[in-house]
Amino acid sequence: MKTFPMGGVHPSENKLSSARAIEVLPLPEVVNIPLAQHIGAPAVAKVAKGDKVLTGQLIAEAGSFMSANIHSPISGTVTAVDLVPNGQGLRQMMITIKREGDDWAEGIDRSATLVKECNLSAQEIIARIKAAGIVGMGGATFPTHVKLSIPAGKKAECVIINGVECEPYLTSDHRTMLEHGEELVVGVTILMKAVGGEKAYIGIENNKPDAIAHLSKIVAAYKGIEVVPLKVRYPQGGEKQLIAAVTGRQVPPPPALPIDVGAVVCNASTTFAVYQAVQKGMPLIQRVVTITGKSLKEPKNLLTRMGTPVSTLIAAAGGLPENTGKVINGGPMMGRAMVNLDSPVTKGCSGITVMSEHDARRHEASQCIKCAKCVAACPMGLEPYYLSKMTQKKNWDEVEARMITSCIECGCCQSTCPAYLPLLDWIRLGKQTTMGRIRARAAAAAPRK
Amino acid sequence: MANKLIVAPAPHVQTSQSTAHIMRDVVIALLPALVVSTIVFGVDVLRVTAISVAACVVFEFLIQKYVVRGPLTISNWSAVVTGVLLAFNLPASIPWWIVLIGAFVAIAIAKMTFGGLGKNPFNPALVGRVFLLVAYPVQMTTWPMPVSGGAFDALSGATPLAAVKHGAVGPDVLGVQDLLLGNMPGSLGEVAALALLVGFVYLLWRRVITWHIPVTILVTMALFAFFVALGKGGMQTPALLWQLPLFHVLAGGAILGSVFMATDYSTSPMTVRGGVIFGIGIGVITMLIRLWGAYPEGMSFAILLMNACVPLINKYVKPKRFGVK
Amino acid sequence: MEVLLYTILTLCVLGVLAAVILYFVAQKFRVEEDPRIDEVEKMLPGANCGGCGFAGCRGMADALVKRDDISELFCPVGGSDCMKAVAAYLGKAAAEKQPEVATVRCGGTCEKRPRTNEFNGAKSCAVAASLYVGETGCAFGCLGFGDCVAACAFDAIHMNPQTGLPEVDPDKCTACGACVKACPKMVIELRKKWPKNRAVYVSCVSKDKGAVVMKACKAGCIGCGKCEKVCAFGAITIANNLAYIDPQKCKLCRKCVNECPTGAIKLVGMDPLPKEPKAPAAPKAAPAEKAAPAAKETPKATQAAAPVEKAAAAPAPKAAPAAKEPNHES
Repeated sequence: MKTFPMGGVHPSENKLSSARAIEVLPLPEVVNIPLAQHIGAPAVAKVAKGDKVLTGQLIAEAGSFMSANIHSPISGTVTAVDLVPNGQGLRQMMITIKREGDDWAEGIDRSATLVKECNLSAQEIIARIKAAGIVGMGGATFPTHVKLSIPAGKKAECVIINGVECEPYLTSDHRTMLEHGEELVVGVTILMKAVGGEKAYIGIENNKPDAIAHLSKIVAAYKGIEVVPLKVRYPQGGEKQLIAAVTGRQVPPPPALPIDVGAVVCNASTTFAVYQAVQKGMPLIQRVVTITGKSLKEPKNLLTRMGTPVSTLIAAAGGLPENTGKVINGGPMMGRAMVNLDSPVTKGCSGITVMSEHDARRHEASQCIKCAKCVAACPMGLEPYYLSKMTQKKNWDEVEARMITSCIECGCCQSTCPAYLPLLDWIRLGKQTTMGRIRARAAAAAPRK
Repeated sequence: MANKLIVAPAPHVQTSQSTAHIMRDVVIALLPALVVSTIVFGVDVLRVTAISVAACVVFEFLIQKYVVRGPLTISNWSAVVTGVLLAFNLPASIPWWIVLIGAFVAIAIAKMTFGGLGKNPFNPALVGRVFLLVAYPVQMTTWPMPVSGGAFDALSGATPLAAVKHGAVGPDVLGVQDLLLGNMPGSLGEVAALALLVGFVYLLWRRVITWHIPVTILVTMALFAFFVALGKGGMQTPALLWQLPLFHVLAGGAILGSVFMATDYSTSPMTVRGGVIFGIGIGVITMLIRLWGAYPEGMSFAILLMNACVPLINKYVKPKRFGVK
Repeated sequence: MEVLLYTILTLCVLGVLAAVILYFVAQKFRVEEDPRIDEVEKMLPGANCGGCGFAGCRGMADALVKRDDISELFCPVGGSDCMKAVAAYLGKAAAEKQPEVATVRCGGTCEKRPRTNEFNGAKSCAVAASLYVGETGCAFGCLGFGDCVAACAFDAIHMNPQTGLPEVDPDKCTACGACVKACPKMVIELRKKWPKNRAVYVSCVSKDKGAVVMKACKAGCIGCGKCEKVCAFGAITIANNLAYIDPQKCKLCRKCVNECPTGAIKLVGMDPLPKEPKAPAAPKAAPAEKAAPAAKETPKATQAAAPVEKAAAAPAPKAAPAAKEPNHES
C-alpha cells in the first residue's frame, strides 16, 4: 500500500459521521460573510448597507490575482459591512445579510442532472472557476484559479485529487465522494483539461473502502483517471505528502511548489465545486461541513450555506453538550480552537469538532527526555525538539539553517511528545518570524539591484 | 455551557504514551530478566535490586526536594529504571552499602547535577557501575556461581568473558543453550540473554525504542568477532567462525547494554543515522576492549565513550529532509 | 630515579615547545585594537541589554570610538550622564535625551476585564497573539503571559497576580526598550520620566469603538473625547477611538483624569484634583467594587467604581452596551 516516505502518526480516526448521509441545513436567517476567506488579498465589497442581494450574486470581488470572488449565499438585504469578531475573536471585515426568501440569481442550474460534456478551453474553464470564487476547501483556502494557472516553463503532468481526509473525525470529503462521485469525476476531467495534464490520480486512504470501490467503478469509464488506495497515516492529506505517496516525487523545500514536480493537487470537495461552477454556473456559496465530536448527540454532515453561524450547526447536531471544553474549526490535528461560536462557516471550514473538557485540556508539560519521537514523526524530516528550543532562545539563524520554513504545521511532533511539550506552538512562532526575516532580507536586497 | 471555552493552538490531541508510561514499560521489559536472574542466583538478586531501586528513588526525591528545589519528578519512573539497570550491572553477592554508593553516584552525580532526566550526558546507571568497578574492583568482580549447580568448574568463578580472555578456555566453553538461559556466573542482568531479548521485543512492540541502535551494535560486534576468528586461523577450524561471534554477542553485557543502556533516550542520538553511527562505535569499542583491553568486558566503557560523542553526532548528523537530495 | 628524570625532562621540553609555538601564533594572529574601546566599554553600564541597538556594550563602545558622529548613539541605561562622560573622553558631541520609563498602557485587570476563555497553549504572549484575540474580549490589551517580564534584564517589570498585568518598577527601569519590543500587542511605551516618578497617561490602547470596548473591559478608553476638550495644553489627541497624551506637551495638570468616564487615564505619584462639589457622593475613592455579574444593567454605576466620580456625567455618546448580541459565554 502506498504512503509518504517519512514520519507521520496514526491518531484515533474517530470518523463518527462517516455513515451519515449529507443533510441540508435549513437556510440561516442572518449570515456574516468575511471578505478574507482565502489566502491572499481580501475581496473588495461590491455591496453596501441597504442593498438587496440574490442568492449567488457577486457581493465582493477578488482584490488581486491572488484573491477570490465572494457570492451571496442567501437572498435578502445587506445590513452592515463592518468589523465583526471571527472564530478567533479577531475583528474582521464582514458583510452581514439578513435573509428574505430564497431568490436565486440568473444563470445557475440547480438541478441534479449530470452534465458530462465540457467544450470549453482551458482559459475559459479557469475563468469560470475564478468567477465562481473557488478556493481550496480542505482548509488551506488557496485560490483554485491561481493553482490551475500553470506558470510559463512548467508543465503539469498529473492532477492529484485529495480524497485522503486524514484528519481524525472529519467526513465531509468522504461523503462528497460517495454521494457526488459521478460529478466529482467529471470535475477531474475538467481539471485535467484546465492544466493540460494527461493523468489524474484520486488518492483515498483505505479506511474508506466504500469510497474507493465507488470511485473505482466510476473511473473505469474514463481514460487516464486512477483511484489510488493509500495506507492510513496522518498527514497524508498534506499536499507534499500526497504527491510523494502517489507519484514518489518529493517537492523540494520552499520556495518550490508542487508544480515543480509536475503535479497539481486539488481537494475532493473542491473538485466537486469545480464541476458545479463550470458545468452548472454555481458559485461557491455552500459546502458540506462535518459537525462532530464524541460528546455530541448527533454527529452529522450538513450541506451548509457560507456565513451560517457555527452555533446553528451545533444546534442542528443536538446542541452543545454540558461538558464541552473546546470547539474546533476543522479537525483536531490542524483545526483552530474557537472563542466565538457565532462566527460564520467559511469556504475552508470542512468540519466543526466539539471536544469535552477532559479531552481538550492539555496534559501538563514536563521536560524533554530526548526520546526523538518528534524527529521520527516529522513528515518533513525536521528536528522539532531543536527548532522549538532554538525559537525559545530566539536563535533565528539556527532555526532557518535547520529548515524551519519547511514545517507544514501538521502537529505530528506535538501530538506524539511524551513530555507533552508545546513544540508546535513555538515552531509556528519561529516559522512566522523566519518568514518575516526572509521577506525583510528580500525587500532590503531588492532596491540595490 | 458551564465553563469557559479552552483555546490552544493545534494539534488538539496528545499521545497517551507519557514519559511515565515509557519508563514503566522499560521496567516491565526488564522483569523477565529479573525473574531468570533470581532463578539463577537466588533471592540475593531481589535484595540487590530492591536496595538499588529504593536508593535511586530516595536520592532523587531528596535532591529535588532539598537541593534543586524544583518540581518533583520521581513519579515519572525514571529513577526506578536507573535503579533496576544499576542492579543489573552488579554481582548478586555485592554488599548493600556498595549498592547505596553506586546509586548515589548514578543519581546525584550522573543525573541530577546536569538537570535531571533528559539532560544527563552519560547513562546514570553505567556511571554508577563504572565508579564501583574502579573503586571496589574486588567486590565488583567476585561473581557468585549459579545456585543450580556446578557445571562450570571450567570457569571457576570467572565470567565466561574473563575465562576466555585469559585463555583458560575457548569460546565454546558454554553451549548456546547455556548462554541463552544464563547458566553462568555474571552480573544480575547480563546472564539471561533470552529473557533480555523478550524484553527487547516488548519494547519494540510498545514503540518505546526502535531496533536501529541494538541491532547495529550486535551486528557490528558479530562481524568484528567474525573477522578476528578469520585472522586467528578460522580457515582451519571453521567452527570458530560462528562460535566466536555468537559467544561475544550472547556472553557478558552485550544484549543488556545494547537493548537497555545504549538506547537510553537522553544519551543516544536523535536521528536514525546518528543511531547507526553510535551503534557501530559502541560495537567496535566494546570488541577492542574485550579482545585487547585490560578488562574482560567493555560494554559499559564503550557506551559511556559514545555517550560523549552524542552532542557532536546530534550537531552534524541531521535527519533526511523531505525533498532534499 | 631515572624514570623521574626522564619524566621531568620530557615535560620541560614539551613546555618550551608549546611556549615557542604559542608565541609565534600570538604574533601572527594578533588583532590591533584601539585601546580606547576598552576604556569606553568600562564607562558603559555593562548590562549588555541591547537597548542601544548593538548586541552588547562592547559593540556600542566600538561604534562610539570608530564613528565620527555619535549623536545617533545613545545608551538608555547609562543615560545622559554616561553619554556625556564618554563624549568628554573621546572629545565628541554626545546625544542628549531626557530620561524615560517603560509604561504599561493597559488597565484591563482581571476585575475590570473579565476572562471569556482559557488559553491552554505555550505560556507566551507571542504564541497567544499569533493565534487569537486573547483570553478576554479585548483585541488590543495586555495578554498577561509575561513576555515583557522574561525580556527584562533589570528585574524591573513583574506580573501582578492580582491584576494579571505587568507593573514596572520605575527605579529599576532603564528604558532599554526590551519589553517594548517583546510585547506583541504594543501595549508598553517608553514615556518621559517625571521627577518622583509622576505620570499621567491613557492606560488603554484599544482602537475599538466605544461600545465594543465597554463590552470587553470596564477600564478602557472609549474615545469619547472629553479629555481632549478639557486639556488646556493641546496635549491630548483622539485617533481611532483612542486618546493619547503627548508627554512632551502634558503639564501634569490632572484635569483630564477627573473627566475620564471610565478611569482609563492613570495618575501616578500625585493626588487627583479635588472633585467638583456637584456630586454628593463619598469623597474617598471607594474600594474597588467586586465585578458583579449584573454589571450589564447599569454601566454607569460600575464605571463609578473608578476613583473618579462621574455621577452627573452625561451618558457617553457611543455607549450602547446591549446593542450587540450577547457573548455566548454568558
